[in-house]
Amino acid sequence: MGDAPLLEVERLTTVFDVGGRALPAVDQVSFTVGAGETLGLVGESGSGKSVTALSILRLVQPPGRIASGRIRFRGRDLVALREREMRALRGADISLVFQEPMTALNPVFTIGSQLEETLAVHGRATGHAARRQAVDLLGAVRMPDPARRLDEYPHQLSGGLRQRALIAMALACRPALVIADEPTTALDVTVQAEILDLLREMKARFGLSLLLITHDLGVIAETADRVAVMYAGRLVEQAPVRALFHDPKHPYTRALLASVPDDRPGTPLRAIRGAVPSLGALPPGCAFAPRCPDRFEPCDRLPPGETRVGEGRAVRCYLHGDAVEPAAAVPGAR
Amino acid sequence: MPLVEVRHLVKEFASGQGLLRRGAVVRAVDDVSFDIEEGETFGLVGESGSGKTTTGRCLLRLVEPTSGEVRFRGRDLLALSAAEMRRVRREMQIVFQDPYSSLNPRMRAGAIVEEPLVIHRMGAGPARRRRVAELFELVGLDPALASRYPHEFSGGQRQRIGLARALALEPSLVIADEPVSSLDVSVQAQVVNLLMDLQQRLQLTYLFIAHDLRLVRHICSRVAVMYRGRIVELAATAAIFDAPQHPYTRALLSAIPVLDPDAPRARLVLDETAVDRSRPLREVAAGHWAAI
Ligand SMILES: Nc1ncnc2c1ncn2[C@@H]1O[C@H](COP(=O)(O)OP(=O)(O)OP(=O)(O)O)[C@@H](O)[C@H]1O
Ligand SMILES: Nc1ncnc2c1ncn2[C@@H]1O[C@H](COP(=O)(O)OP(=O)(O)OP(=O)(O)O)[C@@H](O)[C@H]1O
Ligand code: SF4
Ligand SMILES: [Mg+2]
Ligand SMILES: [Mg+2]
Repeated sequence: MGDAPLLEVERLTTVFDVGGRALPAVDQVSFTVGAGETLGLVGESGSGKSVTALSILRLVQPPGRIASGRIRFRGRDLVALREREMRALRGADISLVFQEPMTALNPVFTIGSQLEETLAVHGRATGHAARRQAVDLLGAVRMPDPARRLDEYPHQLSGGLRQRALIAMALACRPALVIADEPTTALDVTVQAEILDLLREMKARFGLSLLLITHDLGVIAETADRVAVMYAGRLVEQAPVRALFHDPKHPYTRALLASVPDDRPGTPLRAIRGAVPSLGALPPGCAFAPRCPDRFEPCDRLPPGETRVGEGRAVRCYLHGDAVEPAAAVPGAR
Repeated sequence: MPLVEVRHLVKEFASGQGLLRRGAVVRAVDDVSFDIEEGETFGLVGESGSGKTTTGRCLLRLVEPTSGEVRFRGRDLLALSAAEMRRVRREMQIVFQDPYSSLNPRMRAGAIVEEPLVIHRMGAGPARRRRVAELFELVGLDPALASRYPHEFSGGQRQRIGLARALALEPSLVIADEPVSSLDVSVQAQVVNLLMDLQQRLQLTYLFIAHDLRLVRHICSRVAVMYRGRIVELAATAAIFDAPQHPYTRALLSAIPVLDPDAPRARLVLDETAVDRSRPLREVAAGHWAAI
């Protein structure tokens, strides 16, 4: 495989068939995650982050479906795998950490039995060996008093400890890639900081790759190596983390960074006017056009395509190039 | 005289663990005292479950305090009859976190904004409709949208409707409980600007409950930090952020993610066992109180 990235997502389009239309929640999205790398996927509510994550794991439920594109993991195209092969891969090679640990953990089983179950299902260990490994895993995620926690139920743990248990479960089979979908959104700032530290530590210790999904630019700045910015189902900018924060190229990225409260208390914030368009009512051209301060005449015609703008950087905006990308032709759309 | 004076406020809830733990109580708010000056934005921050929302609701008697005093313009609110309280409540309004569930889905936006005027029998007919249109304009909404239902608005617009409703009775105090945290990031700044603008135009006083500390720093004049039902630090915003005294405040501030990948991370972890909850606030510098 040589230097090929661990995960390559190529022109992924995932649609929801609603009211006779195929609404593109994820529209021709391409990105890679390298071995040992953290890619931060940032975007606001409804931009398509979770649907991207679910697509990679092939967990999108009807009326949603992957309409086109490729998802290569270690060179294998996941879109073409049989469900049985996909099941073997989930949790073992790629695992998922959700936003809300309470819904991801089964309330009627102890933390220990859920960890042991995960190990058993993937043929890692059973019986006493599984129990020993479960204690080790809880220790690794810094669960205080791991042996005792094993026999506790999810509701007996605080939000932060539950998220630790979930991370332990995600790490149980030593996956190569962990997808963390808003892993700290439901947590207090102080607990969030601890969990982010933990993810960084786990990444270094187990040589993981991480796809970290969040709407919080601060979390991205602290955790990601590279960043992909999503808006209305499309990736509008990709860049190494420093480049993104020091020299954002896309008007949406710029506006988002500028709208954060800064050091001038009491002054008006630089707000972005308008609101995110809904999928059913996307403008014909650039999806950000109705809110863009830099909009000019090509912007309203067709969606811009991707333009390379330096080392490891790409942006979809006519300010940076005249590449055009018509909306995905969706097979099976009615 | 401060607009609001809170003294030794306590709120206990019966713990909801069913039959087994009958009689157990949770002290959600535990001996909390503070003043809110007219025209200021007083921030209330702290971890989840520390008692911020309960404190805000006690001020309006939306939950009945267990003990303590709440004075509004010098009047003891806890001594008021229900009818008197209703009259005072005109001056004190609350804006909720969730613009989705806090508006009645079966009422048109105009009726939602008009409802407090109807309840308090203020104006009638065309005059009242004019007032509703005025309120729409005040919060930056087109009055022509008054006939639409909540689901036809975006989150930011719904929060504006909630605000227009809260302002209908011309309150002097607005309790804003996480007013922007459920909004899209790109829309939060619009609503924050609106809150600041309305404060100037209408001389409003805000109790601003939030967990976004960057935002608190931007708009609050003073801040109280709550930890497990108690205020552990209270000071002018700059003093809290530049010279935090209590270990919880320090841990909290050090945990704010910085928008700069190169910023050094100097995380302070709170040793919870080292926090003595019984320690009272003392004035460590002029106007700067800390329970250390
Ligand atoms: N079951 C569904 N039916 C129809 N549309 C859906 C469904 N699930 C998701 N969508 C749409 O897909 C789009 C992307 O949703 P997604 O959950 O990926 O957003 P997100 O970026 O994860 O947002 P958030 O930050 O709120 O989690 C949204 O516009 C959403 O309305
Ligand atoms: N109606 C109620 N019955 C029982 N307990 C309650 C009730 N309301 C609040 N509590 C408890 O009181 C404590 C304080 O809750 P409160 O909602 O005031 O916290 P908060 O600081 O606003 O938290 P958050 O940041 O999560 O909104 C919590 O332990 C909570 O579980
Ligand atoms: S393509 Fe046009 S409208 Fe879209 S972000 Fe670039 S300048 Fe703005
Ligand atoms: Mg999501
Ligand atoms: Mg609250």
